[in-house]
Amino acid sequence: MIIIDSRIRQLLVEDALNTFPDECCGFMFGREEHDGTRQVVDILVVDNAKAGDKTRRFEISPQDYMTAEAHALEHDWTLLGIYHSHPKHPAIPSEHDRKAAQPYFSYVIISVMDAETIELRSWLLNEEQQFEEETITNYQYQ
Amino acid sequence: MATVIIPTPLRKFTNNTARLQVKPGTVQDTVRELTINFPDLKKHLLDEQGKIRSYVNIFIGNDDIRDLQQEHTAVQEGAVVSIVPAIAGGSGADPRSAAANAGGAAPVNGEDVVFTKEELARYNRHIIIPGFGMEAQQKLKKARVLVVGSGGLGSPVLLYLAAAGIGTIGIVDFDVVDDSNLQRQVLFGVDAVGQPKVEAAKKRLQALNPHIELKLYNTHLNSHNALDILKDYDVIADGTDNFPTRYLVNDASVLLGKPNVYASIFQFEGQVSVFNYRPAGGTLGPNYRDLYPTPPPPGLVPSCAEGGVLGVLPGIIGSLQALEVIKVITGVGETLSGRFYIFDALNFESRTFTIKPREDNPLNGKNPTITALIDYEQFCGMRAVEEKPLKEVTAKELYDWQVTGEPFQLIDVREPHEYAIVNIGGELIPLATVADHAGEIDRDRKVVVHCKVGGRSAKAIRELEEKFGYTNLYNLKGGILAYIDQIQPELTKY
Repeated sequence: MIIIDSRIRQLLVEDALNTFPDECCGFMFGREEHDGTRQVVDILVVDNAKAGDKTRRFEISPQDYMTAEAHALEHDWTLLGIYHSHPKHPAIPSEHDRKAAQPYFSYVIISVMDAETIELRSWLLNEEQQFEEETITNYQYQ
Repeated sequence: MATVIIPTPLRKFTNNTARLQVKPGTVQDTVRELTINFPDLKKHLLDEQGKIRSYVNIFIGNDDIRDLQQEHTAVQEGAVVSIVPAIAGGSGADPRSAAANAGGAAPVNGEDVVFTKEELARYNRHIIIPGFGMEAQQKLKKARVLVVGSGGLGSPVLLYLAAAGIGTIGIVDFDVVDDSNLQRQVLFGVDAVGQPKVEAAKKRLQALNPHIELKLYNTHLNSHNALDILKDYDVIADGTDNFPTRYLVNDASVLLGKPNVYASIFQFEGQVSVFNYRPAGGTLGPNYRDLYPTPPPPGLVPSCAEGGVLGVLPGIIGSLQALEVIKVITGVGETLSGRFYIFDALNFESRTFTIKPREDNPLNGKNPTITALIDYEQFCGMRAVEEKPLKEVTAKELYDWQVTGEPFQLIDVREPHEYAIVNIGGELIPLATVADHAGEIDRDRKVVVHCKVGGRSAKAIRELEEKFGYTNLYNLKGGILAYIDQIQPELTKY
């Protein structure tokens, strides 16, 4: 389970809308409980560094990745995962997402069909390098 | 000791430790030490050959080891080594781009393609070839090919690719059909003269094959629009006639990871190769910059407009280019990737050279210096920034001088046979003999120098200015062709 409260959700949707029709991308920070429940407390928006068509692809530069790790360390957070948008496509990971995916990370996909039709879903790799859906809740964690 | 920073996703293999201490040495030693202490890291860091995986970046401080000595880069006492996983993805609704991202891969999967009854009948002679068959024909229909230039080479390339049933063909050309094109550009007829080439091409190709889609770009391909135009295609076919565009097409193809099927022609000779292509399971082949890292000096190799070309040659070479496009798409046969083919029509001789990727290739060698498109006109010396601009006169201004009796001398630096076809009364001093005839060129009045389109006259002016210190020379902009177009359309164009 991953907890994304309404403030974080708002930030993610804003980035996806601002970047539309290109894909947006960034990092999610927070805490992980012993039972595996994750709570996102902050995000870091980064540039989509993909050369060429950004409407179907995203890429994060190594420099931004290192910044994100340092940011997590500095705030004593865990780098929980990556978010990106799928403009005009469902919030389901593509084969391209799966091939490039890292273990452990939550992959939150923001589907933007239009300004009103937005859906967030989160995915995690299992041992067989296949994505399994992770439930998103907006429960306020105490 | 040196410090290794383990990225979050891999910490479950290092007992949740973010920072590990290692002995100084090289990056290779560091990776070995890590994988001995934490064997589960191995499959995430190294491939089957024991090389660092392509999607794992290793940084020392802020420097990517790919920009240093790769795995031999020294890890010194106190160094901070960061392991950085490549983070990428995307909706990827289109499987072609996913494969293309791997860099020049044979990019088309045609499994889901279906044909109408008419198409099956049309492509029957393809489908019955053993080893080609339905599967290859499906790939052709799924494929998107961009043909840059619809002239001499583009004509046979477009005709054969359209006939073969390539599903989507893009055509880039800014030019209009001229009567002098018809000697070799078999895509066009007399009725197309004066029309934009892309539109005339579309008409002809649609009449040939109504089952395909054509996309037109009636524009100059340049550094601003090239990536945007090329990105939607699986394969690029370069049939351009000039160096700036050739380097532009090459660089854009490499940056976008697309195979570039190349051909060029001059007088009696043609060349063909396949650049930036990765056959299934193979390694990425060389590109144009592995063959020619830098362009020849401007003016050394004339264009077809200035040097001429035997009309049938682009037909031969363009057909070979179309053949290689089809092989790249279908994966059938061995392409010319890594090989360079030259055909000498005069002696009927063919030669094939082996070409290899160069370590100093500025695009994708060991230390790439080009990561975005540059100014190719300047790169090819067409617009050298340090050279002061030539004084120019337009055809209309020259005509005004003639009418108003402004004193000037007119020099024609073309060849005698060109002069015989058409001239505008200039004194004939061919480019190669200009220095020897400097004594005949006035210094006390304006001197207008012209050739066919303005390239050779510019060279003549530079030479005279450098060697003899002339300051009164004017280049006729656009050469005699511009003069004919604007002032005396009744004269013969060639």
